[in-house]
Amino acid sequence: MRTDLAVIGAGPAGLAASLAAAARGVRVALVDAAPEPGGQFHRQPAAGLRARRPEALHHQWRTWIRLRDGLAASSVRLLAEHHVWCVERTSDGLTVHALLGPDEEEPAEVHATAVLLATGGYETVLPFPGWTLPGVVTAGGAQAMLKGGLVVPGPTAVVAGTGPLLLPVATGLAAAGVQVAALVESAGPGRLPRHVRSLAGKFPEGAGYAARLLRHRVPFLARHTVVRAHGDDRLTGVTVAALDAHGRVRPGTERHLPCDTLAVGHGMLPHTDLAEGLGCRLDGLTVAVDGEQRTDVPGVWAAGEATGVGGAALALAEGHIAGRSIAARLRGTAPDPGQWAPAARARARMRRSAAALDAVYAPPARWTDRVTDDTVVCRCEEVTAGAVREALTLGAGDARTVKLLTRAGMGWCQGRMCGPAVAGLAGCGPTPSRRPFARPVPLGVLAEQHTEEGHS
Amino acid sequence: MSEPLTCDVVVVGAGMVGAACALYAAREGLAVTVVDRGPVAGGTTGAGEGNLLVSDKAPGPELELALLSNRLWAEVAQDLGKPVEYEAKGGLVVAGTPETASGLREFAAAQRAAGVTAEPVPADRLRDLEPHLAPGLAGGVHYPQDAQVMPALAAAHLLRASGARLLTGREATRVLRAPDGAVCGVRTDRGDLHAPAVVNAAGTWGGELAARAGVSLPVLPRRGFVLVTEPLPPRIRHKVYAADYVADVASDSAALQTSPVVEGTTAGPVLIGASRERVGFDRSLSLPAVRALAAGATRLFPFLAGVRAMRTYMGFRPYLPDHLPAIGPDPRAPGLYHACGHEGAGIGLATGTGLLIAQSLTGRTAALDLTPFRPDRFPPRAADLTRRTGAPSAEAEEAEQ
Amino acid sequence: MNPLERAGARPGPAFTVTFDGRRIEALPGRTVAAVLWAAGITAWRSTRGGGRPRGVFCGIGVCFDCLVTVNGRPNQRACLVPARPGDVIRTQEGTGHAD
Repeated sequence: MRTDLAVIGAGPAGLAASLAAAARGVRVALVDAAPEPGGQFHRQPAAGLRARRPEALHHQWRTWIRLRDGLAASSVRLLAEHHVWCVERTSDGLTVHALLGPDEEEPAEVHATAVLLATGGYETVLPFPGWTLPGVVTAGGAQAMLKGGLVVPGPTAVVAGTGPLLLPVATGLAAAGVQVAALVESAGPGRLPRHVRSLAGKFPEGAGYAARLLRHRVPFLARHTVVRAHGDDRLTGVTVAALDAHGRVRPGTERHLPCDTLAVGHGMLPHTDLAEGLGCRLDGLTVAVDGEQRTDVPGVWAAGEATGVGGAALALAEGHIAGRSIAARLRGTAPDPGQWAPAARARARMRRSAAALDAVYAPPARWTDRVTDDTVVCRCEEVTAGAVREALTLGAGDARTVKLLTRAGMGWCQGRMCGPAVAGLAGCGPTPSRRPFARPVPLGVLAEQHTEEGHS
Repeated sequence: MSEPLTCDVVVVGAGMVGAACALYAAREGLAVTVVDRGPVAGGTTGAGEGNLLVSDKAPGPELELALLSNRLWAEVAQDLGKPVEYEAKGGLVVAGTPETASGLREFAAAQRAAGVTAEPVPADRLRDLEPHLAPGLAGGVHYPQDAQVMPALAAAHLLRASGARLLTGREATRVLRAPDGAVCGVRTDRGDLHAPAVVNAAGTWGGELAARAGVSLPVLPRRGFVLVTEPLPPRIRHKVYAADYVADVASDSAALQTSPVVEGTTAGPVLIGASRERVGFDRSLSLPAVRALAAGATRLFPFLAGVRAMRTYMGFRPYLPDHLPAIGPDPRAPGLYHACGHEGAGIGLATGTGLLIAQSLTGRTAALDLTPFRPDRFPPRAADLTRRTGAPSAEAEEAEQ
Repeated sequence: MNPLERAGARPGPAFTVTFDGRRIEALPGRTVAAVLWAAGITAWRSTRGGGRPRGVFCGIGVCFDCLVTVNGRPNQRACLVPARPGDVIRTQEGTGHAD
């Protein structure tokens, strides 16, 4: 199909942009891998479960209703279950290449004049002994399964790691009947009050989390970490310990907490594969954009977590600005930023608060000390920390060479899970990986497109 | 600035060729320092499949170098053992039509006369060698000498075995020359390295390094993509490619050429090469190139149509206009030796190149006639020097097997 | 209160799928991973190197740890693929491909 604007990602940024652009006469195709719009933040219970009170497990419900109803009333064409693997620059615009879900075997293409990348992010988890055991899940994964499938993995959980996501995950699991044995946060307790203030700016209802933790009797262990997950074929418990100011385990503070679930996360990373493939300039790990959310590639905008992890409200503001900019630019006019001044002010404020949160929730300084040589770092290719360390002695000074010498990052997930860990073990900062295919593509699909080109 | 270091020879380039030069030079008793602006295997070495091929070479100096290298690789693999993942798996070249098959048989006959083991395989026996090959192929030739290594591991382990001092993350900004013109070391962004001999094993960057020594060497990049599939059980036993590949390798065309080279790996994924196009150092994904690779591979192995490509990566092959590498001393700059421009065959030709360089460094008789590889065989053109300035930003993508 | 009650879910009638030959109940709309979790199953893959058990990790289709064989098709992400009546779900061993 052909359209004016293809928006990739139906989370807050993509929805806000689609609505803003469509309201100004732009033909919009909103492309998303999931069966329903909302993205990770507004993930809804599967329709077949017929939930009458989905808001009981969700945040920002009124915002979601506004977006959902706005989408229904708009001219935006929702292309659900489209797994985008590449966006290609062509002579007459941009082509979005997707595979139709859930099988991901049939190709689909959307030809557009402009593309907005609202691809969101995914969670970082740094390795520790036992983290590959079944029952250890990402904090966001536990939340996604709960919100979408109305299911929990077991009766007793520990929520651990660092970052603003841990609080809603802990309270969400507790509200769903899970006994949360502890919320283990590696950031220091002195930082919590400041954090709650920042969070209150980010999610208006955020300040209530502390009260909810109390109500559900969830012990909050600040400046603590999980040093090991126990179990043979599945998780049976974790050892937690207190950290000193330098990020080292304080001797004698280890204790065992029985649990069947560990929901763990160490922050978020943006999805930038499509932007990288298009040749968009990155600023560190995020897509670089100007005040209108334009990338440096003509016709390509980006908004939301892809341009810097900052939460749903920031994504909404960025998406709104992008949608208005695109509408003006597609008409061949320069937009008047004064028209989106409130959104721009909100964006500036929330980017500042996101930066503050990043500083508070940095992973503990000495986390690599606790990664034993036999700990698997690359979950796909089963590459251990010892193998990574051996590669460093062979002359690998960076994550990419470690990958070449060990296969860490060469498996199904293409290093999305182990990238930060490998970089940390190599002693260098994380760098974006090049993934020309944002997801696996059947060779038959590629081969058939070759034939088609021959005939066109 | 750290204090100047002194050694017998500085090798610029910690890729496969540099590693082999270091190994053989060290075996001659020379004190070797290897310097690279990136990490080990950061250039074309990290972007290759690790082909050690004799099958794709016509009789001539490159085939002689390939046969020498092939023997040396087997020795090196025995010395270094498992870590380099050497596998003498053999190659199978197949022809789709009777005409191609007859051309292939003639080509193989000439190779046999030059010392290559090349066994014709009739159409009805192809599937004995490769059970999953497409039906209807016209015939093929089996090359048992073809082998492979994991190139990044091989470079790293050869460097370690050489005992050379390894300086990574350090760029050679100038090749130092004495008033009499003789090379006397290398200036880097972190101090000088003094040595009476410098080896240019800088791969695609070899032309630029030559310029920094004041001589011209027209090394140019030829881009290639490789497709990597999901992990599979062992299904493809040899390096399998279509007979057209040989024509593409030798071609002078700038346009995209693809002929599939398909092989399984011990790690599981199937690798599909090898596109060739001259587009400078353009690093963007070319969907036409990877589609053509997929089409070629699924024609050879129909089961691959249902297999997923997890990734694709690219690299730049360093080539010289006559498609032969530059190996040996440079008469224009005494003390400068070149070991670059191997195009897509640098892994395979590395060992022979390393031996020839070591023999040159010590003044021994070279195992092969170096005349065809003379670095000063190209007429100097001012354009070469200016064109390459600033170009070698290429850091090739990672390879795997 | 379990999550279904909490969200006031009134799912349609449950259907049956099998996991390694064992019959389990599935609620409409749930992914294969959610169905398996609801049945108390947390592992459905063994790795091709160490033969270690794996199940859901990221829950959103990024990590590929939850790969499973459904109706003979290997390498399906259990966290994305909806369960359908009669699905034959099998623990995926190694690459998931026979040979």
